[in-house]
Amino acid sequence: MSEGNAKSTDSDDRNGKSVIVDYDVIVLGAGLAGMRAALEAARNGASVAVLSKVHPVRSHSGAAQGGINAAIGEGDSWEIHALDTIKGSDYLADQDAVEIMCSEAPSDIIELEHMGVIFYRAPDGKLGTRAFGGASKARTYFVGDITGQALLYTLYDQLLKSGVKVYEEWFATSLFMVGGECRGVVALDMMNGDLVMLRAKAVFVASGGMGRVYEPSTNALICTGDGIALAYRAGAPVMDMEMVQYHPTTLKGSGFLMTEAARGEGAYLLNSLGERFMEKYAPNMKELASRDVVSRAEWQEIAAGRGIDGCVLLDLRHLGPDVILKKLPQIHEMALDFLSIDMIEQPVPVRPGMHYIMGGVKTDSDARSPVPGLYAAGECACVSVHGGNRLGANSLLDTLVFGRRGGRSAASYVKSVTSLPSDAAGEQFLAAEQKRVQGFMDRPTTGETHAKLRLELGTLMDEKVGVYRDESGLQQALAGVRDLQKRYDTVAVRDKGRIYNQALTFALELGYMLDCAETTIMSALERKESRGAQSRTDYAQRDDANWLKHILVTKRDGQAPAISYVPVTITKWPPQERKY
Amino acid sequence: MEWTVVVGRYSPPGEPQPKGERGAPFAAPYEKAPPKTYQTFKVDLPEHAMVLDALIAVREYQDESLAVRCACRSAICGSCAMWVNGHARLVCTSKLREHTVDGKVTVEAPPSMPIVRDLVCDMTPFWKKNYSVTPWLENKQPIPQGEEYRVPNAAMEELIQEVSCISCGACLMDCESFAVNADFMGPAALAKAYRYTADPRDAQTTDRLDTYSKPSGVWDCTHCYECVQQCPKGVAPLEQILKLRKMAVDAGFTHNAGTRHADAFAESVRDSGRLNELTLMPKSLGLFNIPAQLQSLPAAFNLLRAGKLPPLIHHAIPHVERIKNIFKKIGGRFK
Ligand SMILES: Cc1cc2nc3c(=O)[nH]c(=O)nc-3n(C[C@H](O)[C@H](O)[C@H](O)COP(=O)(O)OP(=O)(O)OC[C@H]3O[C@@H](n4cnc5c(N)ncnc54)[C@H](O)[C@@H]3O)c2cc1C
Ligand code: SF4
Ligand code: SF4
Ligand code: FES
Repeated sequence: MSEGNAKSTDSDDRNGKSVIVDYDVIVLGAGLAGMRAALEAARNGASVAVLSKVHPVRSHSGAAQGGINAAIGEGDSWEIHALDTIKGSDYLADQDAVEIMCSEAPSDIIELEHMGVIFYRAPDGKLGTRAFGGASKARTYFVGDITGQALLYTLYDQLLKSGVKVYEEWFATSLFMVGGECRGVVALDMMNGDLVMLRAKAVFVASGGMGRVYEPSTNALICTGDGIALAYRAGAPVMDMEMVQYHPTTLKGSGFLMTEAARGEGAYLLNSLGERFMEKYAPNMKELASRDVVSRAEWQEIAAGRGIDGCVLLDLRHLGPDVILKKLPQIHEMALDFLSIDMIEQPVPVRPGMHYIMGGVKTDSDARSPVPGLYAAGECACVSVHGGNRLGANSLLDTLVFGRRGGRSAASYVKSVTSLPSDAAGEQFLAAEQKRVQGFMDRPTTGETHAKLRLELGTLMDEKVGVYRDESGLQQALAGVRDLQKRYDTVAVRDKGRIYNQALTFALELGYMLDCAETTIMSALERKESRGAQSRTDYAQRDDANWLKHILVTKRDGQAPAISYVPVTITKWPPQERKY
Repeated sequence: MEWTVVVGRYSPPGEPQPKGERGAPFAAPYEKAPPKTYQTFKVDLPEHAMVLDALIAVREYQDESLAVRCACRSAICGSCAMWVNGHARLVCTSKLREHTVDGKVTVEAPPSMPIVRDLVCDMTPFWKKNYSVTPWLENKQPIPQGEEYRVPNAAMEELIQEVSCISCGACLMDCESFAVNADFMGPAALAKAYRYTADPRDAQTTDRLDTYSKPSGVWDCTHCYECVQQCPKGVAPLEQILKLRKMAVDAGFTHNAGTRHADAFAESVRDSGRLNELTLMPKSLGLFNIPAQLQSLPAAFNLLRAGKLPPLIHHAIPHVERIKNIFKKIGGRFK
């Protein structure tokens, strides 16, 4: 058997000496995008290390239930997949990027299969599919309802095999910027409280989404937009931040996700009168219309008094125990655990809940941001392939295609970088960062805590920047966030320990979350139309004449955030009205 | 409603020390684990709340220095396994209602693992074991060009049980074999070993079986069932271990203590209708493996002193030929 490289299980590469360690490429994040990028950069000859604030397999990619899209089957083609994606995006996606993603999807899925993913098979032994929302063909490949987990573990196993170094439970606090170029990451080693600089010729941000900016959300507690904020602070523009996806079926109370695969397998949505109300809103696709459409329909049913306790019902009973237990075991277990409901016998109360962000750090189709040395892919990036609304099972695909392309591109870029910033520059930067972080601990304790501010922020965002928005609500939200930013400066960390100080990392995360919230609200205020996930009651129509463009927010040192635009790239598919 | 949570706390020397009452040292086999202090918190949470909800409430509103790993809150990320009333559990799906005994629920880092701080243990032993089983696909050649390996769905479904593993470590934390032998590969890693060995796309089946049959491998499991009971995802590691053992024996890996033990067991029953514990030990260790047999002598003397040594003269049960016939009917290696 091959040996792999035992180094990856060691805890440290520093030999207890230096506070600066050098690599060609540092990947910030060990979800699907990060691990895929790291593998590809290593294959292309770069020295690579990955850092992650949680062990790689704890990354939020593991929560993806439903599956991953690719047009492989007969009667399907990447063009149809692309059109579905573009239509789903409400024509805000950049069509050149979508073409790349959809045309390269089949080979990426096959490669995953070769790596060992145990995809569901059709009777002939080839890969089998299930139906998903917004897709005109069944092109979603899956492993039960643990697709993300199956992919995440397979990639982690491959990472072990490759010997790429992983810094587990290292928390990134800032990007090392020198002369406008990104040359490393400063991170906190949670196990001993050391602040260390990982110096590199390129930094690849793959830090995932920012779900916790909203309360409730389907996202894990670790999804706090860290990498988006770090890149934004380093001068990289963020794009499409107003496009926040609410998933139509999140569990009552806890907000956990009931995968779209349930509807893909044939589940119904019912109102309090027992009607399949989606027949009214989307006569053709019904429950499988795109997510923004279904979420709004639910919201309207609930607002019209046809909800039950603020929810509608997800009914799987007619699918029978076999389908439920074999293909959807995880959500069956979750409904049992959290609501004591057995979906074989009873429908489950669900409602729209914050789920995903289409926006993020602006990149090109090789994951390059406009900042030299800074790359991004996965949920934290915006290529943009999802535009105003992401189709289910397109996000895992996004992480893999652009993780791979970016990994290769970064490996080739680092060959052109001949030297790293000096040790002195590194130490100076590190000292300043040390002081800033220590500041949280040294501050006098006030009544403000990170937990309190977090909850206020999340509730505010869900109320004012959710499924429906309007000018006055957004203005209130912006004022609210600016106020929270002021109060944030007085939050003190009362835990003075060095080892595994989570109070400190939570406080740092809150800072990231506030940046993400601010740019989201600014963009939502700016876009004076309704498109995709942005539904403004005061501008109810889509307005292609004025708003067929992306909104960017950029922050330069010491200045207020500034808005700018870039046009949407249209290749073959001129914008049309969306009907499902 | 009000719940009472007793939290086992620990900070390494040199760090600010938590409040609370000093606990007693742990009983064997965990006597080496550092003692903790126990602090009692009261939290107000709904009837259906989970133990993790209580810990988060403590951390957010009472004592922000409480360290606890968690991310998904729904049994997906595998972060939150720890001891709840002395058994390894995921706290995010353990209901307070079900775990409150005598008015309280006690949570702490498991003493079977090295501790970092409070409820956070060091999972390095777990990851090292995982790494030791070569946990990746060694592709069967040739790799199909531009298309997938064609395999029946049943072969993939067979592996999904292990692929459901979230690496929470609950199984290892309570594994009785691991408690006495830190080198034991352990339940989760061996389940993972089965996952790759049984994958029809893997080329290394025989090499793998050889490795896993070595000391500290599949034969070191004592069938205590803890891993089956504690696993929150139905992985049932012991079942995967038993499948591996069968594959290993079928592939001819019988030159190890484990298979010899099983063989001696079967031979004794075949020949006498009962278990001859005296010949079991030398046969398992290898008849000519004198040093290993000598090592087991003190144990034998202790048994003798306690009157628990099996009778020195081993009698066959009446009608032992019937047993022999059964063996003949089953066929295989013992007829
Ligand atoms: C419940 C749920 C179900 C989903 N189902 C599907 C589905 O069926 N199909 C689909 O296509 N998509 C699905 N999605 C979306 C998809 O799972 C995610 O968009 C995708 O997995 C994101 O992957 P990623 O690699 O970008 O980030 P993540 O997997 O979130 O990884 C982020 C990484 O960054 C690290 N990190 C973050 N901040 C820091 C820091 N400060 N320092 C160090 N490290 C840091 C984290 O530790 C982690 O390793 C689902 C999402 C959710 C929430
Ligand atoms: S059954 Fe075996 S592997 Fe499982 S816990 Fe017991 S000794 Fe460990
Ligand atoms: S086998 Fe079960 S208990 Fe063991 S690590 Fe995996 S999920 Fe946890
Ligand atoms: S918090 Fe993820 S498994 Fe418990």
